Amino acid sequence: MDQSRRTFLSDAGRWIVLTGAASIAWDAIAAGAPETAPNYRMTEHWWAMLLDIEQCIGCGTCVRACKTENNVPLDAEHFRTWVERYVVNIDDPDHPIVDSPNGGYDGFTDTPLGPHAKTFFVPKMCNHCSDSPCVQVCPVGATFVSPDGVVLVDKDRCLGCRYCIQACPYGTRFIDPRTNTVDKCTLCYHRITKGLLPACVETCPTGARRLADLKNPADPVHEFLRTHTVHVLKPQMATGAKAYYYGLDGSVR
Amino acid sequence: MSGARHGRHLVRVGGLFVAGILAFLVVRHYFVPTDFGVYGHYRAGALTDARARPIAFAGQNACGDCHTDIVEIRKPSRHRAVSCEVCHGPLATHASGDDPATPRRPDGRTACVTCHQKNVSKPARFPQIAVADHAGDAKCSECHQPHDPKIS
Amino acid sequence: MGGVQGFMYPNEVELQWSILIVLYPFITGLVAGAFILASLERVFNVHVVRPTYRLALLTALAFLIVAPLPLQLHLGRPERSLEMYFTPHRTSAMAMFGFVYLWYLMGILLLEIWLDYRRDLVCSHRASTGVKRALYGALTLWSDDISDEALALDDKAGRIITIVGIPSAFLLHGYVGFIFGSIKANPWWSTPLMPIVFIFSAMVSGIALVMLMYIGLSRLQGRRVEMPCVDTIASYLFYAFVVDFSLEMVDLIHRIYEADESFRALDFMVHTRLFTSQIVLQLGLGTAVPLLLLAVSQVAKLRDAARLRVYILAGCLTLVGIFAMRWNVVIGGQLFSKSFLGYTTYKLQFATREGLAPAIALLILPFGILAGLVRLLPPWPATAVSE
Repeated sequence: MDQSRRTFLSDAGRWIVLTGAASIAWDAIAAGAPETAPNYRMTEHWWAMLLDIEQCIGCGTCVRACKTENNVPLDAEHFRTWVERYVVNIDDPDHPIVDSPNGGYDGFTDTPLGPHAKTFFVPKMCNHCSDSPCVQVCPVGATFVSPDGVVLVDKDRCLGCRYCIQACPYGTRFIDPRTNTVDKCTLCYHRITKGLLPACVETCPTGARRLADLKNPADPVHEFLRTHTVHVLKPQMATGAKAYYYGLDGSVR
Repeated sequence: MSGARHGRHLVRVGGLFVAGILAFLVVRHYFVPTDFGVYGHYRAGALTDARARPIAFAGQNACGDCHTDIVEIRKPSRHRAVSCEVCHGPLATHASGDDPATPRRPDGRTACVTCHQKNVSKPARFPQIAVADHAGDAKCSECHQPHDPKIS
Repeated sequence: MGGVQGFMYPNEVELQWSILIVLYPFITGLVAGAFILASLERVFNVHVVRPTYRLALLTALAFLIVAPLPLQLHLGRPERSLEMYFTPHRTSAMAMFGFVYLWYLMGILLLEIWLDYRRDLVCSHRASTGVKRALYGALTLWSDDISDEALALDDKAGRIITIVGIPSAFLLHGYVGFIFGSIKANPWWSTPLMPIVFIFSAMVSGIALVMLMYIGLSRLQGRRVEMPCVDTIASYLFYAFVVDFSLEMVDLIHRIYEADESFRALDFMVHTRLFTSQIVLQLGLGTAVPLLLLAVSQVAKLRDAARLRVYILAGCLTLVGIFAMRWNVVIGGQLFSKSFLGYTTYKLQFATREGLAPAIALLILPFGILAGLVRLLPPWPATAVSE
């Protein structure tokens, strides 16, 4: 092949590849699709959480960290995550005494315990249900399960009708009074898609909160889930909840 | 057919309905975002929006990039699994260099008490103590080095 | 925390759905009930209630126009409400309801009213001048045909629409019941009976409203109240009430007998925070008393004037009772915690966006609209028959 034809072919080839790549990139930009963003592929992950009751000390660091990281209103009516304290009389487990002062934001003061009672802390958060009842009822598609298993809210489409808040069996959603749209735990989506941990996991001093990737067998938490007995809250609701509790007492609501 | 002649007003009503539906479809086309429905019944841009939040906590790995000496001290310590920002607060802007100010030093007591104050609801195995009896008003850091707190 | 007894998940303490969301099923219930009454004459040929036919349709229309307003006032972002029509989520009862509402308003109610009034509208168009003429022209779609063939076509079309309209009316309000009944997270709401209870209580409230409107409007216009008409309506009210009451009792007995995990918490709530609205207002004054009054009027031989007074009292109490029922469903469903360990209180304010004042205004507004509709589209011939 002579030089001019070779140059022409290589130039043409380069143009074709570049235009193709540019058009793919342009489509991605135009559609707002993060799929082709570098490194993170949504289809490679299916996020879940492990909550280890036996490690939780009720320090409330997770609650404070979440409110800081995600700019959650600091009042006592709005929480993306909170910690509950249970006091269970072993002869009356159907009526535990539960409290969550300011969601556990300031920790818990000590309380005396009777001889027949046990007590422990339970961190609560959005369960990122795979069969989510809140997603089912949203009238406009403002809340959804992402391809990597995180239930998110589209603040630009939410009407603030509050149907999803009614549909969540776990009480994890609330209306942000500043935007009049629904807000809730996002599993720190902005962090986990960059290889960081959610703020609550990062700051939990005892490892009671751990992020799990159900699609990654190399993940140590994935291995823990595979080898230990875990529970979800309200399994009778069949929500496909993905916040797995280890050491969960039967009295926990 | 004379019947059809007398039904003209019904045809007009029918036409009104069809016109209404067509108008609705046209308006709808302009109002629905183009990236709606790409992955499911939602706007694909919502995923991008969710990822665009600014970060407050840098994460333990970020601290190790500069503070290698502290990392070495903590490696064998009881606090090795406690992330730096548990006591030092959110430091993403410090780690990235965006915030020139020096982060505030913890006071050597408040953060310690938050976790280690004795509470019957905490797991029995967790190291906890009645701080008032143990140290009165003194700072914990007077005896316990926070990065390696065990007193041997 | 003020007003909280026991434990509630922190996000549950503040109620999400206010009195405006109580108003909404009440209003759509009145619409469905009024329409069912109108269809009695049209489809089932119960000619004795003919005097209320047009009034029932106009009442339904006036209330249907107001129905979306409490929702708009409640939404966090009302300017986005059209998204429900542009990107409706097919699994959401609320989204699908938007289309049911639109279908019912456009395809059934407006069309039926138009077909029934078309002859009068054409006459008014011929008889008026200026702006009024233009208005009536538009309302008749500039058709001047009121020949016998055209009117026969109208009647046939109207009949078909009414036949389709009956299941549509059931769908309209049954859907509202389904919006609540399909929420598995809330045991006070979650029952397959919910759409059916809503439909029958809608019929009860709608029939009572039309009956009261007929009596009231006749008195206002100096018109004689046709007793056979009112007697028949009252008997239908009685039958609908019996069915409604039976359904609610079935639900109650079922709950008490099965006593699932939610029962004790709900039972406690009904006996404490919901006592006045549920036991006193809904069951007592709103159901037992009207049922008794109507039963007496069916059995005892009362004079016309006395019977009329019984009907008026029963009708008013019925409306109070059905409103209380909506209140108990909506507000009651949010007073207890989903942990079944605690209760909160509903702080109803007066002059706020979701307060008592706009609620009262929204209840009065349909009557204002109805007054306008009655002038534009008189339900009875102009010749008043005074006593």
